[in-house]
Amino acid sequence: MPVLELRDVSKSFGALKVAQGISFAVENGEALGIIGPNGAGKSTLFNLITGNVTLDAGSITFDGNDVTRAAPMKRCAAGLGRTFQIPQPFSKLTVFENLLVAAGFGSSATETEAVGRCADILVETGLVEKANATAGSLSLLQRKRLELARALATDPKLLLLDEIAGGLTQGECAALVNTIRAIHARGVSIIWIEHVLHALNSVVERLLVLDFGKVIGIGAPDEIMASKDVREIYLGIEV
Amino acid sequence: MNWLDTILQGVLLGGLYALFAAGLSLVFGIMRLVNLAHGDLIVVAAFLILVLVTGLGLNPFLAALVALPVMFAAGWALQYFILNRTLGDDILPPLLVTFGLSIVIQNALLEGFSADSRRVPAGSLETMSLPLGPVTVGVMPLLTFLSAIAVIVVLNQIFYRTALGRAFRATSDDMVTAGLMGVEPKRIFATATGIAMVVVTIAALYLGTRANFDPTIGPARLIYAFEAVIIGGLGSLWGTLLGGIIIGVAQTVGAAVNPEWQILAGHLAFLIVLLVRPRGLFPRAID
Repeated sequence: MPVLELRDVSKSFGALKVAQGISFAVENGEALGIIGPNGAGKSTLFNLITGNVTLDAGSITFDGNDVTRAAPMKRCAAGLGRTFQIPQPFSKLTVFENLLVAAGFGSSATETEAVGRCADILVETGLVEKANATAGSLSLLQRKRLELARALATDPKLLLLDEIAGGLTQGECAALVNTIRAIHARGVSIIWIEHVLHALNSVVERLLVLDFGKVIGIGAPDEIMASKDVREIYLGIEV
Repeated sequence: MNWLDTILQGVLLGGLYALFAAGLSLVFGIMRLVNLAHGDLIVVAAFLILVLVTGLGLNPFLAALVALPVMFAAGWALQYFILNRTLGDDILPPLLVTFGLSIVIQNALLEGFSADSRRVPAGSLETMSLPLGPVTVGVMPLLTFLSAIAVIVVLNQIFYRTALGRAFRATSDDMVTAGLMGVEPKRIFATATGIAMVVVTIAALYLGTRANFDPTIGPARLIYAFEAVIIGGLGSLWGTLLGGIIIGVAQTVGAAVNPEWQILAGHLAFLIVLLVRPRGLFPRAID
């Protein structure tokens, strides 16, 4: 059964069509990568899935339930976790408090369970030493890790990662990819928007290509990367 | 003239002003909402306590205990159904709506209770006092001050030691992201205003038992509350207590010099602090 299914999802901001009849499904336990040029509507697609932006037409089913009109907090409680392209930590709270907010309100955990789970997540994401630092004082890598940690704290069935490897050094990126692989290995479904293709392709099973709010292609990474349309549109290679 | 006594009375009066201001500070700190009806809501709570005391013959403290959940529910509903709709990037709608609410409350109270000045009878407590060395301290002023400290300690505990407090701070930091983490900002804001109304009820208990009140005195209480919050630094609760104390001491010292200077001295103290420390004594970044 798909964990997430979008049917004919459309959205316009005035004359600008940011999503045009988007349909795809993510199977339970699958990792799907999303690529596309800047302005293709990738982050908007995440906003539509999380409920930050309401869609004009179409429907979204999550974990067997229609969530098309559900509020973001309901979708989060149902198991939809998300990171932001530009990290948005609660900057005045400590790292641990950031996680506790997500665990306490984004999942059904009790305070004691939340504390235990958040401590484990700190270890998994390499943030133990920064647990009591205010989130506003973190470096870019640490903020990206906090984004991931906070999304994990909501105990997601499906994790939406928005350019989480962007701006990192190769070493930092490799470490982050290992963490994401371990999360995926636990059975968490993932949709990952990323421009760092080697990182993306080392995790995902399928790739989806977006351009001008339309799905140009979806399939195995090798097939997609070999596709003429994708090479022209995304990689800018004349074929 | 006993200056020690004057200053001590001012400090204790500061406790009452801190109680006026704590709810205002809480609401502003969490949702950046300036509630211009805050003073009138204190008067509403005072009338509620008065009705319970005179109508049911309850002790004022018991009456306040009964009024607490009523005011919490009223605050919750006010925020959830009305004030939440005014929040956004524009600061004008909440100002206009709470200004209108202030007028509605004053006129409704005038209709219901007339313009007569009232007082909540507190029996022998009104005149009871304790000798403390060279000075004598009234029991009610002392209780007011201790209540203000207790309120601030409890609010700080809620803020920094509970899941609700974390949600308050997270929502205050970034409402949209908090929503994506499962926090429901509208309910969090409603709970914050509910708690502010609990503080308002405690303030009303001491306002009603210590001094006369009528339906139109709310705006004047609001000014003291504003001054205490601004002197302390927006959003800092201990700063708010200090702000209340500064106004209280300035007022009693001013009154000791010349009875006509009481109110003026409080406002002058506020202006001086504003000139020297425009962001208040404890701006929120340090809290």
